[in-house]
Amino acid sequence: MNINLTLIGQSITFGLFVWFCMKYVWPPITGALEARRKQIADGLAAAERGQHEQELAEKRAAEHIKEAKGQASDIVAQAQKRASEIIEEAKNDAKTEAERIVTGANAEIEQEVNRAREQLRQEVVSLAIAGAEKVLKREVDKEAHASALNDLATQL
Amino acid sequence: MAEQALTASGYIKHHLQNLTFGKIPEGYEHAGSWGFAHSAQEAKDMGFMAIHVDTMFWSILLGVIFLFIFRKAAKYATEGVPGGLQNFVEWVVEFIDSSVRGSFTAKNPIVAPMALTLFIWILLMNLMDLVPVDWLPQLAGLTGSALFGVDPHHVYFRVVPTTDPNATFGMSLAVFALTLFYGIKIKGIGGFMAELTMQPFESKSMVGKILFLPINFFLEFVGLISKPISLSLRLFGNLYAGEMIFILIALLFSSGIGLGIFAGMLQWAWAVFHILIVMLQAFIFMTLAVVYMEMAHHAH
Repeated sequence: MNINLTLIGQSITFGLFVWFCMKYVWPPITGALEARRKQIADGLAAAERGQHEQELAEKRAAEHIKEAKGQASDIVAQAQKRASEIIEEAKNDAKTEAERIVTGANAEIEQEVNRAREQLRQEVVSLAIAGAEKVLKREVDKEAHASALNDLATQL
Repeated sequence: MAEQALTASGYIKHHLQNLTFGKIPEGYEHAGSWGFAHSAQEAKDMGFMAIHVDTMFWSILLGVIFLFIFRKAAKYATEGVPGGLQNFVEWVVEFIDSSVRGSFTAKNPIVAPMALTLFIWILLMNLMDLVPVDWLPQLAGLTGSALFGVDPHHVYFRVVPTTDPNATFGMSLAVFALTLFYGIKIKGIGGFMAELTMQPFESKSMVGKILFLPINFFLEFVGLISKPISLSLRLFGNLYAGEMIFILIALLFSSGIGLGIFAGMLQWAWAVFHILIVMLQAFIFMTLAVVYMEMAHHAH
């Protein structure tokens, strides 16, 4: 229980220990702790950022889909319109074609009729002439009455 | 209780005597040369120029163990996943750091490492109290007699440095010196002296100030001096008393089977309770040292 040099020895020892601790023990450990704290904070921030980005991407994707849907319905509508137009055109074409055919046929029929009429007239004329010849063979001179007969033929 | 002829008081005194190395005083064998004291009286007669080898040995050994382990952890400290040792060391460091932050608001890089050193070092020194009181002294006695041919009776060995007032005063005086240094450094000589002389009794007039000066100085000086004394005596007293109780319990071992078993139970119970004291005293010493540093940094 005597107070002696041990007192001073203890003070010096204590001072040396504190110095060593301050120099070589405390800073690396607190440094590592601080660095880890920062790392964790950074990680959390990155995670949050990632989540935020994902939300944004989802929103963007939804917008894209909406747009695409709109475009698709536009295209379908256009196609339908085009299809009905084509049908309409085809109908018109068919109608004119039919009319043309009908007119052609009508003209041909008329021609045919005219030709038949002409032929018929010729035949009637020749028949009439033949009949008249037979009748007049005896009374009418062919040459003398030719002009009169021609007039008759034209009137037919 | 190996010493057959020893009385109870002799046993206790033997346990409370440090292994003292110093200049052997007049009236003893080899007077004038340096050597170990062979009796309590001889150690006392050596005066101030002597050293307690056991106290120094154990305190330095424990301090080196503490710094070795912590340095090892600090050297390989990684910010990634910490290993077992680093985990433990970080836990201790964070505990110290948070309790220092709680009571110390200024910025001083010495305070937290000082607190860590104080806490762990004192804790380790205190924990030596839990080693059964006779083991290490007996070992030292056997070593002394076998290697140096000394009567084991004269080999003194105390294994708990904090039961040596030299150790506790050594630490508290070092802390006191730090508080004085930073107090003067931060407040200046004038501010420091003003704190000693201008309060608690304050006066506006010059005459009043001078009138109050002696009483203020007396009060503040007592307050100042009482800090290191109370700091070291608290630790010393608690550990000394704890050790004394262990010694008294150990005395019972020689009093027959029944009392021996009872003493064993008592020793166990006291050791369990003592763990609390050991921790608490280390923590109190550390906290008060930090508080004193805080007071040195702030005028009040």
